[in-house]
Amino acid sequence: MTLAPQTTDDAAVATSPAPSQLKRRPRQFKDHGPDSLKGILVKIVLLGLVDAFAVYVMMMLFMAQSWVVLAIAAAVTVLINWIYLRKGGLPAKYLAPGVFFLVVFQVFVVLYSGYIAFTNYGDGHNSTKEDAISAIQIMAQTRVPDSPAYQTSVLDQNGELFLLFTSPEGVVTMGSATEPMSTVTDAVTDGSGKAISVPGYDTLNFNQIIARQDAILDIAVPVSDDPAQGSLRTPDGTTSFAFKPSMTYDAATDTFTDVETGATYTDNGEGAFAAADGSQLSTGWKINVGFDNFVRAFTDPTLRAPLLSVMLWTFTFSIASVILTFALGLFLAITFNRDDLRGKKVYRVLMILPYAFPAFLSGLVWSGILNPQFGWLNQTLLGGAEIGWLTDPVLAKISVLVVNLWLGFPYMFLVCTGALQSLPTELDEAARVDGAGPFRVFRSIKLPLLLVSIAPLLIASFAFNFNNFNVIYMLTGGGPRFEDTTRNIGSTDILITLVYKVAFGQGTGRDYGLASALAIIIFIIVATVSAISFKQTKALEEVNR
Amino acid sequence: MSTITAPATTQTDQPMHRRRSFGAWFKDKGWRHLVGVVVTIFAIFPLLYVLSAALNSNGTLVGTAGLFTTIDFGNFVDLFNNPDRPFAKWFVNTLVIGLVTSAATVFLGAMAAYAFSRMRFKGRRVGLLSLLLMQMFPQLLAVVAIFLLLNGISDVVPWLGLGSQLGLIMVYLGGALGVNTYLMYGFFNTVPMSLDEAAMIDGASHVQIFFGIIMRLVTPILAVVGLLSFIGISSEFVIASVVLTDPDTQTLAVGLYSFVAETRSENWGVFSAGAVLAAVPVMALFLFLQRYIVSGLVQGGVKG
Repeated sequence: MTLAPQTTDDAAVATSPAPSQLKRRPRQFKDHGPDSLKGILVKIVLLGLVDAFAVYVMMMLFMAQSWVVLAIAAAVTVLINWIYLRKGGLPAKYLAPGVFFLVVFQVFVVLYSGYIAFTNYGDGHNSTKEDAISAIQIMAQTRVPDSPAYQTSVLDQNGELFLLFTSPEGVVTMGSATEPMSTVTDAVTDGSGKAISVPGYDTLNFNQIIARQDAILDIAVPVSDDPAQGSLRTPDGTTSFAFKPSMTYDAATDTFTDVETGATYTDNGEGAFAAADGSQLSTGWKINVGFDNFVRAFTDPTLRAPLLSVMLWTFTFSIASVILTFALGLFLAITFNRDDLRGKKVYRVLMILPYAFPAFLSGLVWSGILNPQFGWLNQTLLGGAEIGWLTDPVLAKISVLVVNLWLGFPYMFLVCTGALQSLPTELDEAARVDGAGPFRVFRSIKLPLLLVSIAPLLIASFAFNFNNFNVIYMLTGGGPRFEDTTRNIGSTDILITLVYKVAFGQGTGRDYGLASALAIIIFIIVATVSAISFKQTKALEEVNR
Repeated sequence: MSTITAPATTQTDQPMHRRRSFGAWFKDKGWRHLVGVVVTIFAIFPLLYVLSAALNSNGTLVGTAGLFTTIDFGNFVDLFNNPDRPFAKWFVNTLVIGLVTSAATVFLGAMAAYAFSRMRFKGRRVGLLSLLLMQMFPQLLAVVAIFLLLNGISDVVPWLGLGSQLGLIMVYLGGALGVNTYLMYGFFNTVPMSLDEAAMIDGASHVQIFFGIIMRLVTPILAVVGLLSFIGISSEFVIASVVLTDPDTQTLAVGLYSFVAETRSENWGVFSAGAVLAAVPVMALFLFLQRYIVSGLVQGGVKG
């Protein structure tokens, strides 16, 4: 960014002499930094802090050996220093901090979504092939028959779990899921000779073991660095047994062989090892799959039909929400557009309360009111009726729209009131002189004028409702579920709740690739709709001033 | 209202209150009151319901059948005595995250708005246009990528990655130059340039002008932007639920959802108590600054 030259009056005015290192130049706005001592000090301190943090991050990156990110971090650090240390380039100095966050957490993450959409990233596909191979060897293990039992204690250090073993011969060793077994010399033993604690570690008692049993059952402590050597595992937190891999990996042929059945699993090109009959090993690795996710979204039988209904409903929901809230808001604005109405202020305050109520709570509160079994509406108002306000596909959709109307009409009421009051009254009078009735005046004069100023807000409202996650997720959770699919997709799901469920959902496993592909589809839809409608309303004229 | 037709007199009408028939009154004003009452009931009923449920220590959804049948504070006591669901911590977390984020948002946004409003440079128009377009794409669209990015940051700088509130604040600051900058830019333009010029002639630097003159004159809009971003962040669920995994670090939105996510009907009373406590400060602020917010909303979207 460079500055267009700008001349200002160069009035040489004496200022408080600032003992600064900078050469004094004639005062001219916008071509030099602050030259007071305080300003320089603040600048140096802030820049120093930023640089110190940057160096710290770069050291960490160096240790993690992520060279590409390290190079980018170094470049960004240099750029920031250049922006703030050079003379001139003032706009950049004011824009840099905001733009930095914008680029990382808004622009980059969208591009990154685009990249993830073309991979099979997700549960079972979240790392490299090497990691997957060693994970399979660790995971696929069976207990060595008649092997001795090791007495075991569970230790904790800063949240990481370690197992402390005492072999039948009395040798004490310890290790964790990531650190292979090593001999311990300073362990404390109890009367029976079982090692129970090690300095620097907390020993878990029975209740703590129960509380963290899932994590403890997953620990397989490798006997050595070679996964083929096997590992020790504990089924109960007090004894452990030796396990040997039931799968052996042959690097030459890049295959896994099941020791018991003799079946061989080969790299199937889809980021997993698969047998001839198509069965896959559960641990795979991340690969690029091209347009596979997009193709899957529209062809996979468990996804295709639900996804189409979800898309249709997303449009229906957002358009209907805009129309309903705008209609009610406008109607109210007209109704109360009278100065001589008693109690107008009271009505207005009470009506905007839903808008002031935190949005995430509204859906939850309404879900209690509309609960089919115990909800207030069925129990109290309808005398114990069992109407499925949230469990019947059609009624659930209507409920969602009503709740969203409740949330959204106050905003439209406020905006329409403001717009109505800013309309010139002469038009109204002129039309009446010409013999138009109040309804005709509204339809032919007020409404068109109103729409001109409110159209951008309606577009923004559409874009907002298109991704109105809170109201859907809190009210119905997307339900009631479709019956023709095994996936957790329901009648009131909109695209954004679907993205969330596919990426972080319970039960079905996380599929980041597919979720990102769906997010990209949303992105394209919103961009297209906004572009077309903004072209129509020419709302961007403002910028051209 | 009785409708008495005045006896016909030959005298001139006395200046008295003219009685109108009920029909005429209804046609002119009565229906407006009817609409007002009906819509008001629709608007405030859920709020009354949640207040009633909060004050009813029966505690289950079934027990809240009547409105205000019993009134006690048992639910509020339970709310603060549940170590698995630390409501007080959530409240503090929400306040801290919200205040830090909104203060930083206002500051970053004001700096950018100052540059756009007072300086002319290459890329200015494109920059303004991009800001306008960026409002269309909320951050939650990229929630998967944000999660994975923070996951990667966890490996390098653990205290900025997943599970860290500071990391969440940084993510929120990605949206700092969105809606708000445009709002502030419009407001900055209403401050006459002659003030800057006068200060410059007196030898003020751009920093002094920014902090000493502009920031002081635009305080109302700063307050509005700060409040709007605070309200938005305190209601943000998607990103917060993905980033904050430990109950002790969670915000009200994530925490209160966990109350009713699994067993919607059992914890209803305690949830309602939490909802009331979470909503009251926000609503009070909103009503207190209502006038500024409304003008901000209208200015932000409507041309002119």
